Order: sequence, then structure tokens, then C-alpha cells
Amino acid sequence: MPGIRGSRSRRLTAAAGLFVLASGLAGCGSSGPGGPATLNWYNFPDDSGALQQAADRCSRQSGGRYTIKYDKLPRGADGQRQQLVRRMAAHDAGVDILGLDVTWPTEFAEAGWIREWTGTMKKQATSDTLEAAVRTATWQGHLFAAPYNSNTQLLWYRDDLVTNAPGTWTEMLGQADALAKQGKPHHVEIQGAQYEGLTVWFNTLVTSAGGSILTPDAQAPSLGPPAVLAARVMHDTATSVAADPSLPNQMEDQNRLAMESGTAAFELNYPFVYPSMRANQPELFKHLRWAPYPSVVPGRPATVTIGGIDLAVGAYGRHPDLAFEATLCLRDRENQLTNALKGGLPPSLRSLYQAAELTESYPFAADVLAALDNASVRPQTPAYQNVSIAITHTLSPPADIRPESTVADLRGQIEDALGSKGLIP
Amino acid sequence: MTPATSLGDPAGKKTAKLFEGARQERRLGLLLCAPAAIVMLAVTAYPIAYAIHLSLQRYDLRFPQQAHWVGLSNYVAVLSSPFWWQALWVTVLITLVSVAIELVLGMALALVMHRAVFGRGTVRTAVLIPYGIVTVVAAYSWQYAWTPGVGYLAALLPQGSAPLTDQWQAIGLIILAEVWKTTPFMALLLLAGLALVPEETVRAAMVDGATFWQRLRLVVLPLMKPAILVALLFRTLDAFRVFDDIYVLTGGSNGTGSVSILGYDNLFTALNLGIGSAISVLTFLCVAVIAFVFIKVFGAAAPGGEPERR
Repeated sequence: MPGIRGSRSRRLTAAAGLFVLASGLAGCGSSGPGGPATLNWYNFPDDSGALQQAADRCSRQSGGRYTIKYDKLPRGADGQRQQLVRRMAAHDAGVDILGLDVTWPTEFAEAGWIREWTGTMKKQATSDTLEAAVRTATWQGHLFAAPYNSNTQLLWYRDDLVTNAPGTWTEMLGQADALAKQGKPHHVEIQGAQYEGLTVWFNTLVTSAGGSILTPDAQAPSLGPPAVLAARVMHDTATSVAADPSLPNQMEDQNRLAMESGTAAFELNYPFVYPSMRANQPELFKHLRWAPYPSVVPGRPATVTIGGIDLAVGAYGRHPDLAFEATLCLRDRENQLTNALKGGLPPSLRSLYQAAELTESYPFAADVLAALDNASVRPQTPAYQNVSIAITHTLSPPADIRPESTVADLRGQIEDALGSKGLIP
Repeated sequence: MTPATSLGDPAGKKTAKLFEGARQERRLGLLLCAPAAIVMLAVTAYPIAYAIHLSLQRYDLRFPQQAHWVGLSNYVAVLSSPFWWQALWVTVLITLVSVAIELVLGMALALVMHRAVFGRGTVRTAVLIPYGIVTVVAAYSWQYAWTPGVGYLAALLPQGSAPLTDQWQAIGLIILAEVWKTTPFMALLLLAGLALVPEETVRAAMVDGATFWQRLRLVVLPLMKPAILVALLFRTLDAFRVFDDIYVLTGGSNGTGSVSILGYDNLFTALNLGIGSAISVLTFLCVAVIAFVFIKVFGAAAPGGEPERR
């Protein structure tokens, strides 16, 4: 295998090299004197057309100085990261603007693949921007990206089953238990599959319990009693009647489908479930309500994990100044509004949450803003990917968690991951 | 073969000429082989050597300037990791079970194709269809078929079962996809072997009163042994490197990853070129051992070496 795979990857590299060469030449051709420079914007594939529209709008506004070419990355987050990493490791000059998941800027910054934001550009990229979103783009006190869209979870529930939204996990599991006894739909829908969503759940619970996964300097695991408490909540949820039978395989979309099929009373998920329910189940939609994410410790509001995309400027691009400018345009108020309305992604600009256009289609905008203002950030370390894999591997399936010993095991796994020691599963 | 066979020459001169001719031919032969050999070296020997080179270093794709030699410690890390042994175990299981099923099914298909009186072309074409479909496309159709909610096969299962998320069921489905995909290949190799069996030998056995099973066991199979061993060798080497079916069907989650998946994840997700290359080299060694065992112990003929052995 290695021989064959080795040769295949080598051939791939060669092919990629040729491609880079070709696109480099093409880039030279189109950026000749007089013509606009081509800026390649690599971002997640967007089906709504909002991203293409933003690219076109900014190209027009540049007055012929640059044209933004929107290059779609693969659909899965792992595929996106793999492609970007390969390009940057090969010093691809054809990557000008990178759409990075909020967990990647540290890794890319540490590797020297993205440029730091300074001066007035930095000021523009952070003004009116959500504080937690800026934190995701900051590494060792320096800003390496401009927050594009944000995202966070709310508690969605059905008011025909639940009269008072639960304030804590204990209350929610209790209500689910009562509903089950009455023979009513009672499942709590949460992401329990072995993937990034499980890390998000764990991070939300640990920080809501007042702890953190890593120490502030990101050099060692912190965990401790809050992590044990978080692991206990996950275990209790997975072993209670509230758990969906397919919890250990569920991702956001399976949760949405289960809620729409009417088997669940609660759902912890991103706002995309709202327009989806409106379109697919108008009857159930009448009963769909939302509330803040339940607390782990009574009286201490939950700190929900922030998600989203940060835009960074590639270190090897030929037109860094134009790329910074174009990035600011892509994330400006109008484009973020289009992205929110068309693409359904919550913006990173605070003031937009009061915009009438947005609150009209998203009546929960104020709750999303409140959650984002109190959001937690996933561990910030260049070895994040390894840390996340260690977390999901150790905590899956949630029903098998033994709070004390699982967290002790996790500590060792995270230590190895931080040292990039050993294998990843 | 040799041109120097003119009868009129004295004996001594003839031999010398023959040697001369043989030597020239040998040189020509080497020259003719050289381009192929150079291409082979470039596309296989170099990558293998490079993988070994990488496997002896601590090398993270994100920090290439921090690469340094670590000797054999990557191999120690891999061999002492439960993930490697788990993946190896899954790989061996998939290899053994899928190749065994393929051999039986492939033999049956080969017999059908060999004996088919009418519609011969149609039968052969129909049997070959799975092998002609792109593996990833086929794997996706299996994946959808087994996914609850969208799949017609999942719909046949009890409510709430998601077979691709359970380790044993998923391994079973991976084996099924592999068998479906590569049985035609096995059947083709065995069909070639069947063609080697002289018809009169089988007829003679029939005259002696041998039943179908006796003829198969005592006459056909022994005569087909070289073809069967070559087919088994090819399929075992192939099956041991299983990647695409697993990548599409489960992505290697829930303990279904093969050694190739483990190598891929360490190379491309963890970006750890050192560890990933060590996994690749170890996988390569496993494949080499399998080939060695087949050729030395079972006496499988290396491709092209068959005539000497028969």
C-alpha cells in the first residue's frame, strides 16, 4: 500500500504542482498592466448564491482594481482543511483569501500561512464585531483573520409539550422523563456522533460549568471538576429516556430531521432549523419555540461554543494589500446581511442583529446575539485538530462515559495530542 | 530463437558465433527493457525510498523547518499504539473473509461462464458489470442504500437500525461491497485457469465414473492450482490495501478503519508525515510478507514465471 499510495500522493503533488503553475501563469496573465488583479477566494461551498453575489459586488466596487474569484472548497470541514493545508504547505501563490473554520486560524497562523492584520485594517476588521468571534481569529495577541459569519446553538422546543422552557440540563431531562411517562414525544436532540459536534457539546458544557478544556496558555489540559460535571451531563443524557436511540450517530441534520418528524420535544441546534421547520412542517412550526441553551450549574448562564468562518489573507498571494481590502468588502455590512438572509448564517457584526430586515425573518436574533455575546471559544492551539479527535474518540459513545475515569483518560490523550505524539485514531 | 543456426559452419565457430549472438541479443534485450525499468524506478522505487526517509523523521507538514531525525521512534509509536493493532485486525479480517467468499463465488461464476452454451457473451458481460463500475460510485450507492431514511436496503431492516454505525455490521457491509465489486475479477482469473484444463482429461474422468464433485476436486482444481494461487495472491494484496469502500461507507469511524485509512488520517488530517509514512511502510511490509508467503510457501507462480513451474 505505502508504495502505491506513496506514489499516488506523489503524483497528486506533481499534478497539484502543475495546476499551481498553470493557475500562476493564468494569474500573471490576467493581472498584467491595466487589467484587474484576480483574487482567489477559497471558501465553503454555498448553494444560496450569497457568496458569489458578494464576490461580484466587491469586484464591481473595486473600480477595476481586482476581481474576486470564488473557489468552492469541498463540502466536509475535513476536506476543506485538507485542501487548504496542502495548498499552503506548497506555498500556493494562487490562494489570496481563505475562508477558515473558527478553529483553524491558530494552526494556520502558527505555520505562517496567513498574514497578520495590523493598523487601520485591523481596526476595520474588529469594529462592531462580536468579541468572541474576534477571539477565534486572534493568536498570541495578534489578529490573523477577520470574522465573517458566526453561529451558535439555541434550545428549540415545542410549546404544545413543554410549557416552561427548562433552565438547566437537570430540568430538561426531568421534563423529558415526565413526557415519556405520559407517552408523549420526549427526545432531546443533540449531536452525539463521533465528530466535531461532540467536541462542541463537550466544550459548551465544560465552559458552562466554569472550566475549560485547556489551560489559558494552551500548553496543557485543564479539565478538572467542571469537565467531570460536563461528562456526567453527557452520560446522564445518553442513558436517560430523553436520549434518541440513534444519539451516537447523530449530527445536526439528523437532529433537525428527528425534530421535524415529531419524535422530539427538545433540540439543541443552530438557527438553520427554524426556516427548515417552517418549510417542511408548517403544523409543527406553529409550536416551535426557542430559549437560551440550558445551564449546567443553576444560576450560571450557559456559555455556548461559537462557530463560523473567519477570512484570512494567504501568506503567498501576489496582491496582499488588495486581498486585505477585498476581505473587508466581503464581510461588510451589506454582504453579511445578504449572507444572513439568503444563506441563513448569523453575521459577525453586532449592529446587524438590530437590523429590521434580519429580525423580521429571524425573530430569535436577539437571543442569538445574547448567546454569542456570552459565547465560549474552542481550545485555541495549533494542534486543535488532534485535540478535538482525542476528545471525540474518548467521549464516544456518550452512554459509555464514566465521568471520573473518562476525564482522566482524556487528560492523557490531550497531552499526547498537544505534543503531536503518537497516532491519531 | 537464435539466428546462428546455419548448418554449413564448423562446430567450433558455430558455438562462438552463437555466444556472440546471444550476448548481442542480451544487450539488446536490456536496452529494450531499460525505459520500462527506469520508469518503474521513478514511479515506485523513489516514492518508497522517500516514504522510508520520511518515516525516520519527526515531520509535521505545518512546520517543515522543525523536521528532525528521530530514528525508529515513529515505528515504536505505531507498533505500540492500540490504533495500529485495531486497524491491522480489521484489515486482516476484511481480507480473509472477503477473499474466501470471492474465491467460492468466483469459482462458481467461472464454471457458469465456462459451461454457458448460449448467451455466453451476455453472461460474461453481466458478470463483469460490477467490476466496470467506478469503486467510489458503487460505494456511494451502497452507502445511500444502507442509510436509514433514504436507502432501499435500510428500509428492509427493523425501524431505527443504522447498520453503517455499528462496528460488526459495518465491517460486514464493507466486506459485502468488496465481494460484490471484485468477484468478477476473481472469476475472470479463474476462467483463464479453467481454460487450461484439457477437456479430454475431464472426459476421461467422466468415463471412469467420477461424479461432478470428484471431477472438480481431483481433476480440475489440481490442474488449476497455478491460476487459483495467482488469483488469490492478487486479490489478497488488493484486499489488504482496502481504502475506497471504507472511506466512503464509514470513513473509518466506529472501529472500521483499515491500515490504509489509519495512514491516510495520520498523513492528511493530522499532517504528521513521519508517523503516517511509518504506517505506510509497515503496511508495505505486510503486503511484501503476504506476497512472499504466497510465492515461497504455496508456490504461487510469479506472473510470467508459470511455464517453468508447470
